[in-house]
Amino acid sequence: MTVESTAARKPRRSAGGKAGTTGSKRSTTGTKSTTRTAARKAGDGEPELVQLLTPEGKRVKNAEYDPYVAGITPDELRGLYRDMVLTRRFDAEATALQRQGELGLWASLLGQEAAQIGSGRATREDDYVFPTYREHGVAWCRGVDPTNLLGMFRGVNNGGWDPNGNNFHLYTIVIGSQALHATGYAMGVAKDGADAAVVAYFGDGASSQGDVAEAFTFSAVYNAPVVFFCQNNQWAISEPTEKQTRVPLYQRAQGYGFPGVRVDGNDVLACLAVTKWALERARRGEGPTLVEAFTYRMGAHTTSDDPSRYRGDDERAAWEAKDPIARLRTYLESQTDTDEGFFAELEEESEALGRRVREVVRAMPDPDRFAIFENVYADGHALVDEERAQFAAYQASFADVEEGKQR
Amino acid sequence: MTAEKMALAKAINESLRTALEADPKVLVMGEDVGKLGGVFRVTDGLQKDFGEDRVIDTPLAESGIVGTAIGLALRGYRPVVEIQFDGFVFPAYDQIVTQLAKMHARSLGKVKLPVVVRIPYGGGIGAVEHHSESPEALFAHVAGLKVVSPSNADDAYWMMQQAIQSDDPVIFFEPKRRYWDKAEVSREAIPDPLHKARVVREGTDLTLVAYGPMVKLCQEVADAAAEEGKSLEVLDLRSVSPIDFDAIQASVEKTRRLVVVHEAPVFLGSGAEIAARITERCFYHLEAPVLRVGGYHAPYPPARLEEDYLPDLDRVLDAVDRSLAY
Repeated sequence: MTVESTAARKPRRSAGGKAGTTGSKRSTTGTKSTTRTAARKAGDGEPELVQLLTPEGKRVKNAEYDPYVAGITPDELRGLYRDMVLTRRFDAEATALQRQGELGLWASLLGQEAAQIGSGRATREDDYVFPTYREHGVAWCRGVDPTNLLGMFRGVNNGGWDPNGNNFHLYTIVIGSQALHATGYAMGVAKDGADAAVVAYFGDGASSQGDVAEAFTFSAVYNAPVVFFCQNNQWAISEPTEKQTRVPLYQRAQGYGFPGVRVDGNDVLACLAVTKWALERARRGEGPTLVEAFTYRMGAHTTSDDPSRYRGDDERAAWEAKDPIARLRTYLESQTDTDEGFFAELEEESEALGRRVREVVRAMPDPDRFAIFENVYADGHALVDEERAQFAAYQASFADVEEGKQR
Repeated sequence: MTAEKMALAKAINESLRTALEADPKVLVMGEDVGKLGGVFRVTDGLQKDFGEDRVIDTPLAESGIVGTAIGLALRGYRPVVEIQFDGFVFPAYDQIVTQLAKMHARSLGKVKLPVVVRIPYGGGIGAVEHHSESPEALFAHVAGLKVVSPSNADDAYWMMQQAIQSDDPVIFFEPKRRYWDKAEVSREAIPDPLHKARVVREGTDLTLVAYGPMVKLCQEVADAAAEEGKSLEVLDLRSVSPIDFDAIQASVEKTRRLVVVHEAPVFLGSGAEIAARITERCFYHLEAPVLRVGGYHAPYPPARLEEDYLPDLDRVLDAVDRSLAY
């Protein structure tokens, strides 16, 4: 198996691979699961990552993770492809809508489709997901209507979907906060005796946050069934990963007493397999796992960002050669019975999705101005009531003027 | 069951016990709350009776405590978390302000976070740095939070019951210097609403407004003033968000003078808000400007100086005299 590292990263000390035991009961400590640590190192000094599908679309064997995708059918592979294509189409439409002034901001996931679809499709209905603000692909997998994601970027709400409708929490903008929510939720799952698991998404930038470190500590101490899925997309706005860490991020897990693994984040099959493995560990009561999906943010941080100020086109071009969608297409075309009709139909479906997103966003009404005062509290608050009344009187004063004019 | 005399700390302990018994979703979590029973013994015996799964000793990480409590609340639990001392809450301030306070609004009411954050607060116990502060205004300023502080054991018992039952996050400030003050606690009383102020002493010449540790002081001030022939009304605010302005207004319309007392710094403290609102509401009733007595705009001083920093009988009486002199 070959490992590519086109990002200009310095060689790292490379020690921990993933480790895990199977079959132990959910206990109060998770330290046991770190005993089987396989040190694996790639030839170029970068730590090896799990890869099942090369950038050239070639399926490579992996004894540890093949079992997690062993039964995958061509239809399911086409499903993953469809998810990635539609997510990319949705993402492009949202970027366009921002350019047209329909959205105030958009955080593109371009390039991270495999990491999100692979991990998202590994989850079960009763699992719970805590996203950052870029997990549009995961939202898609969880069945959240993509147009629901756009309300906050249009500025008509600050979230708005029912997190319990799809077990997909609201987007979290404060970096890393949700890692603790995921951990607490997972602690609750364990208390309930359920075998669901929780996935906390965050990025390489968030890995520097204290909340992420505390989430690692709490999840390890309480052996919480949570998978920390870190999309290392190499850039935290303008700061490369070197500004966040001196060791490969997945190796941090070892210090907390649970396994960490780096996976090719542009390989949907590998992301699916590794996340399934991590989720199954969690379900078996073996505690948390850190998955570092090594990927690349192909676009800007958000539509307000200008990456030309801090990175060159050559880096992007190198990653373009590892595109997550292209490699699966190559595989589908060469190794399965997928015909042109499938791709043509998908193209039509993509266009239809784009149209629907456009129409829904453009028709999205501004909220009622009294929404300012709605839901500030669950049980009400005297001051909110008083200020709402003042606001109403103020607004009504304009109505009086309007009426006067009409008379 | 008749009323029982108990210390304020014990009343909170009993209230937590009652809540843990009544609702299997109630959890107690924090640093040293389990085996030790808390550094003030407020959670004494609870882990022994309810187990490590419900009375949870946590890692020493306040943001982690509140952040995981949010996750547990999302799962349907009702965590009561302890921040060991007032000055230690700030690592959790981010989680409290950006997450806990806003989740209900940003989910358009679909997510409720019934989390109680207990914070022993205030000075007067000769403690080292970061153990004597009164940061309540920093929380009252944040929409989405409710902030309360009992002044006596009976209120401590009932207000904790109400805070745990609340579907909103409640920051529960416990007056640590009053932890050992005993009072009758009635388990059968019908408590006042959580955010309603209470006149604890009627008077006609001036209103003293206080909450938490300063209520007892204001009652002593009223006693001292009475010896000089002045009749002071003392209002126990009990809640700093929301503030029961109607109760203050009713009292001030009668007495026409108001002095607000808290340990927290006067500058932009809750007294400033009360002064502004009462000036708006009672402008034509007031015989004197609203005066405030509280801490200074300086770091909480070393223990040997705290008597000069904290409001005491003479400083409050001095403000009373100044108000009456108008």
